[in-house]
Amino acid sequence: MTEIMGCFGRPVRWGVWWRGCCLALGAVVGCGGADPQPAVSLRVAVTTSTRDSGLLDAIVPPYETAAGVRVDIIAVGTGRALQLGRAGDVDVVLVHARAAEEAFMRDGHGVRREDVMYNTFELLGPTDDPVAIGGSDILPALRRIATAGAPFVSRGDSSGTHQRELALWQAVGGRPTWSGFVESGQGMGPSLLMAHEMQAYILSDRGTFLSMRGKLDLLPLTTPSPLLQNPYGIIVVKAEGGDRLQRAHEFVDYMISVPTQRRIADYRVDGEVLFHPLRLPAKS
Amino acid sequence: MAFFLEGLTDAVQALLRLDPQVYAAAWRSVWVSSLALLLAGSVGVPVGIALARMSGPRARLLVIAIRASMALPTVFIGILCYGLFSRRGPLGPFDLLYTPWAIVIGELLLALPILIALTHGAIAALDPRVAETLTTLGVSRWQRCRTYVSEARRGIVVAVLSAYARCVTELGIAIIVGGNIKGRTRTLATATAMETGMGEFGRGLAMGLLLLLTALAISFAIGFLSREERT
Repeated sequence: MTEIMGCFGRPVRWGVWWRGCCLALGAVVGCGGADPQPAVSLRVAVTTSTRDSGLLDAIVPPYETAAGVRVDIIAVGTGRALQLGRAGDVDVVLVHARAAEEAFMRDGHGVRREDVMYNTFELLGPTDDPVAIGGSDILPALRRIATAGAPFVSRGDSSGTHQRELALWQAVGGRPTWSGFVESGQGMGPSLLMAHEMQAYILSDRGTFLSMRGKLDLLPLTTPSPLLQNPYGIIVVKAEGGDRLQRAHEFVDYMISVPTQRRIADYRVDGEVLFHPLRLPAKS
Repeated sequence: MAFFLEGLTDAVQALLRLDPQVYAAAWRSVWVSSLALLLAGSVGVPVGIALARMSGPRARLLVIAIRASMALPTVFIGILCYGLFSRRGPLGPFDLLYTPWAIVIGELLLALPILIALTHGAIAALDPRVAETLTTLGVSRWQRCRTYVSEARRGIVVAVLSAYARCVTELGIAIIVGGNIKGRTRTLATATAMETGMGEFGRGLAMGLLLLLTALAISFAIGFLSREERT
């Protein structure tokens, strides 16, 4: 019949199409199956800082090999990570926002919380430091940025860094509203690039800043302070399935074990220590 | 300018070095969107043909609705799928969230309106004599369908390629229901976004170029299969 219709143009070669589609489907399904998929998996929501700094690439693969568990890392902000935990979409969360973590536990979403490590926040600014905050403490520095109305990039994404930033602004008299204050709504890396392009001030965790230092015309400006401590906690999310829960516990045990904690202490980018373990016995 | 050129050089080098992570992401992009497209095509093209055969105000309304949904933002489809696949969602027990299959389903929903609307357009634009001749010949429904597809294949190829382009480059669905998991759900688009976010301009550019090459290869393959150039 299609031959009769040939007067309107060449007929389609059905056989070729049919074989092509079958081949494509076969290839596709075959390759889907070829993705490495050990039978058991564990879903861990982490903050972008731990992924972008490369730390997890250094400590998770040895665990996967040893335990025969595939660890799926989903890197999001702290707020989103806890939300995934509340929904039961992940088995473990690794985040940095102490108050939010405690609320998460109080509400019964987690069954176990452990301190893992800490790093610090840094207030970064353009190398020429237009409002001259270099060497001052964090709170006076923020006050000066606010009075001068200097450009400032805020994460604005309820991440751990954003929550800390808001707490710090609270301490110097409330949420900023000047026009140079922008909310990126993105992760630490994109926000740092934005601050770099706009030559703005920004609060960043030290790990992400160090891992991107070469690409940024930004400098850490303020002196160290307890207000800039950034502790990371790991939480086993409540689940009814016994197996998943068991694996989650084992992963947390691994993260706070002495060898892993040593590995965290030894992890360096360009010779700089990024994270300090919290579970190593006092220096021997 | 130096920065831009350096980025380009880095990009070419990254491509030549055959970074296995990059190529794994590229291959994943291809198979995920191919599967989504095969599934969407096997529904979308017949529905598009059926729609072109229908007339009346209800059919017109349907066509308008489907054309409008070609503009669905991928993040919207992404959160919709997240709601379905979340452990608390209706499809939670299937454990699809953060798997490539979740991305396939999301992209299927993305491709479907494009395929239906553009197939419908291609068939509706056919010479009315095609339908008349077929009616005169008294052919079966199956033969009628085959002839329509055969006659309108240029339009259908464009429909398939448009849907494919949208799927292979989309970011919202892959990042929300895929989660950009290394070695499992990281696609070229999510990897490009991640590298760019980390200031890896060269690597981001490399993946963008790879995306373009992939699209080119697919376009060639489909063009060859449909023998378009000879008609």
